Amino acid sequence: MYRYDEFDHTLVAERVATFRRQVARRLTGDLTEDQFKPLRLMNGLYLQLHAYMLRVNIPYGCLSSRQLRQLAFIARRYDRNFGHFTTRQNIQYNWIKLDETPDVLAALAAVEMNAMQSSGNCVRNITADQFAGRAQDEIEDPRPWCELIRQWSILHPEFSYLPRKFKIAVSGAPQDRAAVKLHDVGLYLRPNAAGVIGFEVIVGGGQGRLPYVGHTIREWLAKEDLLSYLEAILRIYNLGGRRDNLQKARIKVQVNALGAEEFRRLVDEEWEQIRFTPQLAVPRAEIERITAYFADPAWEQIPDAAALVAAQRSADPAFEVWNRANVVAHRTPGYAIVNLSLKAPGIAPGDLTADQMDKVAELADRFSLGELRVSHRQNLVFPDVRQVDLQALWQDLQSLSLATPNIGSLTDIIACPGLDFCALANARAIPVAQDIGRHFTDVAALQDIGELTINISGCMNACGHHHVGHIGILGVEKNGLEFYQLTLGGSSGEDASLGDRLGRSISAAEVPVAIEAIVTRYKALREGDERFLDTYRRVGLEPFKEAVYGKTPQRRPAVA
Amino acid sequence: MVLANRLADGQVVFLAADGGWVGDIARGAVAGDPVAAQRLLADAQLAESRNAVVEPYLIDIRDEGGRRQPVSFREAIRAAGPTVRTDLED
Repeated sequence: MYRYDEFDHTLVAERVATFRRQVARRLTGDLTEDQFKPLRLMNGLYLQLHAYMLRVNIPYGCLSSRQLRQLAFIARRYDRNFGHFTTRQNIQYNWIKLDETPDVLAALAAVEMNAMQSSGNCVRNITADQFAGRAQDEIEDPRPWCELIRQWSILHPEFSYLPRKFKIAVSGAPQDRAAVKLHDVGLYLRPNAAGVIGFEVIVGGGQGRLPYVGHTIREWLAKEDLLSYLEAILRIYNLGGRRDNLQKARIKVQVNALGAEEFRRLVDEEWEQIRFTPQLAVPRAEIERITAYFADPAWEQIPDAAALVAAQRSADPAFEVWNRANVVAHRTPGYAIVNLSLKAPGIAPGDLTADQMDKVAELADRFSLGELRVSHRQNLVFPDVRQVDLQALWQDLQSLSLATPNIGSLTDIIACPGLDFCALANARAIPVAQDIGRHFTDVAALQDIGELTINISGCMNACGHHHVGHIGILGVEKNGLEFYQLTLGGSSGEDASLGDRLGRSISAAEVPVAIEAIVTRYKALREGDERFLDTYRRVGLEPFKEAVYGKTPQRRPAVA
Repeated sequence: MVLANRLADGQVVFLAADGGWVGDIARGAVAGDPVAAQRLLADAQLAESRNAVVEPYLIDIRDEGGRRQPVSFREAIRAAGPTVRTDLED
């Protein structure tokens, strides 16, 4: 993992001290709320429905057991004993007090963490494939590049007051697990025709009120040109992005208004001016220095234990089911990647209690070389588990309710905090996810349904990624009541697509029934082992519309 | 009634008749007419300028079985707290 150097330590410590003074000035009234708000947002502190919320960066989803213990301490000491992992691989605390926030930031700094730029109109936490450095299909580890971008973008003087927030994701694998095409800038590490690895650069993706899949504006960019090219993109956006309309201020609107070709031309024109600027070069020594932090850990030279695991799996059906759903092949013999499901039935997706955090940290030390990851689907990952330890780990995870065998299945739901916590939301998201989780508990049935993602957002801002769920659920408010619009056919993968609206919105009680109807129709229509998404793409919206609303579009579905 | 977040800890509070801020909706001041409501809001804005609270605003309430209940669904959740994670109260 990356470790802070002296510069990082100083920068973060100075930032904490500055914010401590700013909070003191706010509490005494030297700063008004209007003056203070942009300052607290730059430090990740929001004022939500019930209290202040602090969003803490987990850079590209990488976390050590030591850091997780500190997150548990913060949850216990300064919050209500839990934290919420988000779709941007961050953690949010929902009950932070303003006057204690500087102490929380100091506690984070002690374990090389911060909340800088986790809000505000600046470059946010860089996100990545949660299996980075471990996935079998990986071309190159994206983490050193994420770290380089983090260092370039943190307190970047030109890009600290952009028209709107700016999100960058990087993946080094052909299978996109990081929703790369739904980011302001998405980067895929790819070889060119000569086999040299560089970046495919995708711009203008995003969700919210105006969702777009990003456009590739450069098929291949040499690694040494990364920062100058990003600088050119950000500059064109900073100068030309709309500042007159909050809903139209993201780069996606600019790219789609100009057209991808024209946007590329502007970027290339700017890039030609700056590409040889010494400050924007990526010196080989520097990237090697950063890459060294992400060197392979001390994996043991152990033989592949597939035969042993196969025997354990055949002896225990529950272990078999968990393996199939939650364990992923590792690139090193004898090791496996393990997903910890934060989606047990009835649990708020992405929530982890302080006690669970401490116990997960202990398990990470015992079973995963002290390291873990956060996925954008709001789960945790142990990246380095010996195959021979899988069964023991599974047993321990069961006792923590973190072994639900549902990764990638329809109860592995993404949900934003919704109206239970968020000041922007129109409807609740968590109770809907809980209802679906309670409705679909039959493990065999879930495995039969296969890969099917459900994403829920409590408003059009789409923090719950509803546009790109295979089934998307959007909470809306009508006459003071909560209703939910369903979309079908979204995907956040390399085959990214935006969902199509199924029909009129339904009540919360009707949602699980509607999902059941969609799933039943899918099972009747699927060919072979076709995924739900592929069946949908083949047959379209109509069969599912009929399944949910009946032959007469006005008929309401039965209420559970 | 007037609802706001307390500045120091962000907690949801209601303006009381004595000018203080209380967490319990039952102890907050109720304005019976628009003029009284504006007077309540003016008091709240004064408190805001004195850094007691943030973003005060008026909400409509109704009587529900002898209990005060915000009319708006959103404000009802604000007043009562999240409908989830009730296992983890402070």
